[in-house]
This record gives sequence, C-alpha cells and structure tokens, in this order.
Amino acid sequence: MNGQKSDKKRHNMSQFAIWIALLAMLIFFSVTTKGFLTSTNIFNVLRQVAVNGIAAVGATMVIITGGIDISQGAVMGVASVGCAMMINQGIHPALAVLLSLILGLVIGICNGFFVFEINLPPMIATLGVSTVLRGVAYIISGGLPVYGLPESFTVIGQGYLGPIPVPVIIMIVCFIFGYFLLEHTAFGRYIYGVGSNREASRLSGVNIRKIYYGVYALCSFLAALAGIVLLSRVNSGQPKAGENYDMDIITAVVLGGVSTTGGEGKIVNVIVGLLLIGVVLNGMVLMNISDYYQRVVKGAVLLLAISYDKLSQMKSQKTA
Amino acid sequence: MAETILELKHITKKFPGVVALDDVSLDIKKGEVHTLVGENGAGKSTLIKIITGAHKPTSGEFWFEGKQVENNSPSYAKQLGIGVIYQELNLMPQLTVAENIFYGKELKKGIFLDKKEMNRRCEEIICDLGVKIDPQMKVSRLSIAEQQIVEIVKALSEDIKILIMDEPSAPLTNSEIDKMFEIVKKLKQKGVGILYISHRLEEVFEIGDRATVLRDGKYIVTLPVEELDKQSMIRYMVGRELGQDYPGPSSEPGECILKVENLTNHRIKNCSFELRKGEILGIAGLVGAGRTELVRAIFGADPVTKGTVTKNGRKLQIKSPRDGISNGIGLITEDRKNQGLLLNKPIDYNTTYASMDKVCRAGVIDFKKEKEMAEKYMKAMDIKAYDKSQKAGTLSGGNQQKVVLAKWLATDSDILIFDEPTRGIDVGAKAEIYLLMRELVESGKSIIMISSEMPELLGMSDRILVMHEGQIKGTLSREEATQEQILYLATL
Repeated sequence: MNGQKSDKKRHNMSQFAIWIALLAMLIFFSVTTKGFLTSTNIFNVLRQVAVNGIAAVGATMVIITGGIDISQGAVMGVASVGCAMMINQGIHPALAVLLSLILGLVIGICNGFFVFEINLPPMIATLGVSTVLRGVAYIISGGLPVYGLPESFTVIGQGYLGPIPVPVIIMIVCFIFGYFLLEHTAFGRYIYGVGSNREASRLSGVNIRKIYYGVYALCSFLAALAGIVLLSRVNSGQPKAGENYDMDIITAVVLGGVSTTGGEGKIVNVIVGLLLIGVVLNGMVLMNISDYYQRVVKGAVLLLAISYDKLSQMKSQKTA
Repeated sequence: MAETILELKHITKKFPGVVALDDVSLDIKKGEVHTLVGENGAGKSTLIKIITGAHKPTSGEFWFEGKQVENNSPSYAKQLGIGVIYQELNLMPQLTVAENIFYGKELKKGIFLDKKEMNRRCEEIICDLGVKIDPQMKVSRLSIAEQQIVEIVKALSEDIKILIMDEPSAPLTNSEIDKMFEIVKKLKQKGVGILYISHRLEEVFEIGDRATVLRDGKYIVTLPVEELDKQSMIRYMVGRELGQDYPGPSSEPGECILKVENLTNHRIKNCSFELRKGEILGIAGLVGAGRTELVRAIFGADPVTKGTVTKNGRKLQIKSPRDGISNGIGLITEDRKNQGLLLNKPIDYNTTYASMDKVCRAGVIDFKKEKEMAEKYMKAMDIKAYDKSQKAGTLSGGNQQKVVLAKWLATDSDILIFDEPTRGIDVGAKAEIYLLMRELVESGKSIIMISSEMPELLGMSDRILVMHEGQIKGTLSREEATQEQILYLATL
C-alpha cells in the first residue's frame, strides 16, 4: 500500500516536472533575451508550434497504443504538394483540401494495414511508407516548389481571428477533439487499453483491428491537415515540406509524458511538451544560436525524455 | 548394485509464500532409468531446476559421484555431466544438425571451422544410437522426433553422466516413442543415469527401473517399478485429504444451455459436450491436455476448424472474443497478468472495460453510469483497495482475480468459463471465489471450470469432463468422480 502511494506521488511529480521546466524556460528567456516576452513573439511561438501541434494529436494516439508513426512529415509533404497542384489544376481549393485530407486518411489505413495485418514493427512500416511518400512528393512536383496559389488560400496559415492566428485555432480545436476522443469515448478507452495490454483487450471483446486502423488513419489525417496549414503558411507547395518534422513531433509527445511503451499519457501534457520545445527553439533563435545547434538540442531532448520514461518504468516495475 | 551418481538429500526449496519442495531425497544410479511422477504442481520442475543448478535449494545436500556439491549453477552442472532435454526443444532451426550439436564448442582447424570433422563425429554418435540422420541436414527440416534425437546427441557429445528427460514423449507419436525408448535403452547400456519425467504412467512401467512419487512438494515414496501398479501409483500421487470446505452441489441443474459438437482445431480434436443451466462443469486433465485450448475455442479466442457451438438451440457464429461476449460467454483466463488485466490502469477502469457498450451512448462514456457500474461490481466482489483508482497491478493475487471477476460479472454473461480460478490465490480469497461461483449458478448462470487442483474439481463440480491429448476421454458425475478415476482417464 505504501509503495503504491509513493508511486502515485512520483507520477504526479513527473507530470509537474514538465510544467516546471516550461516555466523555467519562460523565465530564463524573458530575462536573458529582449523581445521574448512580447505578445507578438508569444503568438509567433504558438504559430510555429501549430503545425506540429496538429500532427502531435494523432501521434499521441498512436504512441499510446504502443506504436509510433514516423511518416507524418512525409504525409505533410505529399498533402502539401498534392493540394497545391490540385488547386493549380483548377480544382476548387475547398475540394482540394478535402481530397488531400482523404489522401491522408488512406495513407493512414495503409500504415494500419502493415502494422496490424502484416504485424510489422510500426517504426519500420511507417519508415517504408514515409520513404515512398517523400519520393512521390518529389515525382509529382518534379522536385520543384509549386507556386501560384490564390491569395484567399493563405487564410488558413497566415490569417487571424481577432488577435489569434488561424493555425493556432485549428491546433486548439484538434487538441480539444483529441482530448474528447481519448478521455470521453469508448474508442479512447480502448486506445489506452490496447497500449496497456493488447491480448487482454482482445479477450475483453475489443475490436483491436478497428483501434489500430483508427489511430493510424487519424494520425495521417491530422498530418495531412498540418501539411495544408503549412502549405497555406508558406504559400507554396514544397516537396520537402515537413522533412524531419516527425522527430520533432515525437519529441514533443514523449516530452509530454506519453510513454513509448504504450498505455500511458495525457494529451494535455503534450501541449506543454510542444510549448517547451517551441519556447526553447524560439529562445535560441532570439539568442542567435545557429540552426545546427538547434538540431543537437532537439535530439538531446528526445533522448533525455525517452530515457527518463524508460528509467521510471524500470523503477516502477521493480517496486511492483 | 550399480554405483550411485547423483544423490539429493533432504532438499527443501522455499519461494516467497510457498514451499515448492519439502525435504525431498532422490538418487540416480549408473545405467538406470529413474522415473519421477506427480501431479501438476507436485514439485517435479523445481526438482529438475535444482539438479540443473537453475535454482539453489533453501536447504539440503547435493552429492555427485561421492563428492558434495556446494555451489551448483547451470554451467557447473553441465561440467559435472548433467544434461537436460526439455519438452520445448532448444535447437536453432536454421543451422544443420552438426552445427547445432557443436554450437558453442565448434571444432577448428586453424581459424577455420573443421566442418568435415564435426560432421564425422556427429555421424558417429548418431550411428551409435542406431538411428539415421544426416548431420548436414537443416534442423528445421527434421521431424519433432528427429529433433529430439538431435537434442540427445547434443547432450551425448558432452560426455554426460546424467540425462534428465522432461516429458520427452509429449510431442511424439506412438511409433516415435518406441524409437525413443530404444535410444533410452542404449543410453542405459552406456551407463548414463536417466531421470525420466512423464505424465503417462504406462511409460513409467515400460521404461522405468525405479519410480519416485512427489505430491504437493513432498517426497512420498521411491520403489522399484515391479512393486507398483497403476492403481497404487495413482494412490500415491493423489492420497491427500480435502483441505477446503466447498459449498454444496447445485440444487438442480436445468436444461441444456450450451452444446458443443465435434469442436476441432490444431490443439483439440472432436470435442463434444453439453453444459446445463445452473451447473458447474469441471474440466480435468493434465497440463497440456487441451483444456484451455478447448475453452478458448468456444469463447472465440482461437480459431476453430470444425464443429459447432449451440446455445439455447441456436447455432452460434463465434469468430472472435467479441462474438463470444455478445453471445453471453465470458472467459476468465488463467493468466491474469497477461490476459486478464490492464495492470497500469485503475480498478474501476478494468471493471467496466469489457462492458463499455453498457455505459456509453453513441460511443461517448456516461461517467455517472460507469461509476455506478464499477462500484456495484467492486462492492459485489468485495475488492480490498484503498481507492478505486488504485492500479490493478499493485493489488494482491486474490484481489486481482476479483477485479477480473468483477469485469466479467459486469458483462452479464450467462455462461462463465473459469480457467484455474484460484491459481496463486490465498485460502481466504479462494473460499470467497468458491462461494461466488456457487451463488452465480444458483442465480441461473452456468459455469465451466478448468482446474488442476483435484480437491477443487471434486468439491465444486457437478460433473467433470476429463481431457487428454486434446480429446475428451470421459465424463464423470459428482457421485462417480474420484481422484483415481480422473487420473486414470487423464493418463489413458
């Protein structure tokens, strides 16, 4: 009983840790850099994390099932180039967006197929899909950016609703959707359940096929949405759009306390993880630290977060 | 009198909460086949592990060739010349016979492997056993029986003095068993002492020189096989008092609710039986008899190749556990941790997990309803926890089992299948679970119960099916059923 209580306490501690880290970073950069604590910069940070944030909602669900999806960046690329080319072909932007989202859904179903039916390790399955998609993005665009989008299209990525950037609003909507799905529906319950114990879930009557296909489909769907927001923000379809984003997304999710071994994690904390990385990168830009160093920091943060998760898991296994 | 190679004196092995072996003595002589018999859980595996050094005894002495062995370990036992052939073979399927046999001790010529010599030496040992296997054949292409011979050859290549054979006949066909016996006899002639473990009593009489019986971790008797017959051996194996009070039999079982006909898959063969409303149907059999496989097939956890399941006169189409549950069947698996619980999730979460549809509207959870349901069944099961948000993994075995039961009661299934319902549970919780099972059948539900504990089977069941090698060998009524009868059918 005693061990159980301290276990709970430790869990709460680790949930606080990330909030404290975020607060510390906010204070650090507010003090050390000029122009960090301005509303313009705050919204700037938010807008920067929005694209990854939208995708992170999907990644969170996949990781809770014990899987991983490293094809999100490539889905962004394909969705972005594809959508841009469709609009240039004269397809109505709304329809082009819709078709791109459906494309995302289909890609997700492919991921689900390889992971569930063929039983490939998710990392390998999505790596393969990712490589194919990136290739497709280059092929259909001839390797060149796609320009000439209508001015009205930029609203999604560059517009404001009052003082709040539209991408941030889309991100918030996605998080609310993700929260509702994970915490308030049977589907969400099963996502945690499958990640916690797949066989027990199957024997409890859970349609685990539906859960696997569902999370991977949602994950790619949201990646496609993120790709469209990105397209609108840069106002051109880049075949390399979203490159390396998947790792940033996974870092944010893991930093938010979602366990890579599945079954654990709160989407609310993923927002904090996302903001933490956003703030650190933004602060480094303000301090004129080069992009190369940013990469080192991002990789180190990912390793630290995963190691922390692994270590605390080993510890709790020992006490159990 | 042949000389004694191995002698165990007063070995006791305690695990936290259990005494697995209690003052057991055993000796193995040169050139003899010493058979070890006992029911499931009698302590045979623990004893093997002591001999092979996988476990250290809590007390007792280990003598090998007249010298006391103080610190046995797997590698030391190997040095002494103790070899083991487990039921699950440990060969590398992609390597050849010779490569397997010389794995880890490859013969070399300079820096290169001396394949020729390895094949030759291998052939020599194989011929010596009077069998024919090509040393250059890949193991994956051999039959199970041949693979077993490779295991034996592997043990022989290390100059063994003691060979432990743990249920070697289990995966073999009858003619293959005869062949294996031939080899065992050859080993005897070479002076190897053999400890032979088997569930099939016939084999004990056919191949054994002496037999030692264990029961509940205690040493019962060692006798020359000639002085035993099957009946007396069974008496030694089961002769114990019923230690638990069981609630009485069902008042009156009703009509047939579930009818299983010719159910077959790769582990079970043509299983047919009926389950009546309001009865507890026990399934007896030794480990590996196909009991779990039978109920898994009924529930939809494993695929079925042939046969039908009919409930209340309606033929069921069960292809997954989901179908099983929607047809009112629940399976409480024997492995709580891996198949029953979400260990890192709270009690209430686990309780409602298999009945989400009852607390959801259009897929959205009604938390008030869920809380009511969780509390109702947690209370019914009297789960002892300081908080319903306590994680299932932190509960005691008995309370974990209660959480699993609460989950299945919540599904409101009218047929509940219990696979080893009281395994790893303390006596108090056992009594509670027995009482609950009786209450359930009184309220009109029907129960199928697999159990390896004889007293439990005899005390709880209204009827008992006995299984062996994937088949139902007989059905005993409460009046007919005795431990001897059951064991007789289970080893038929």
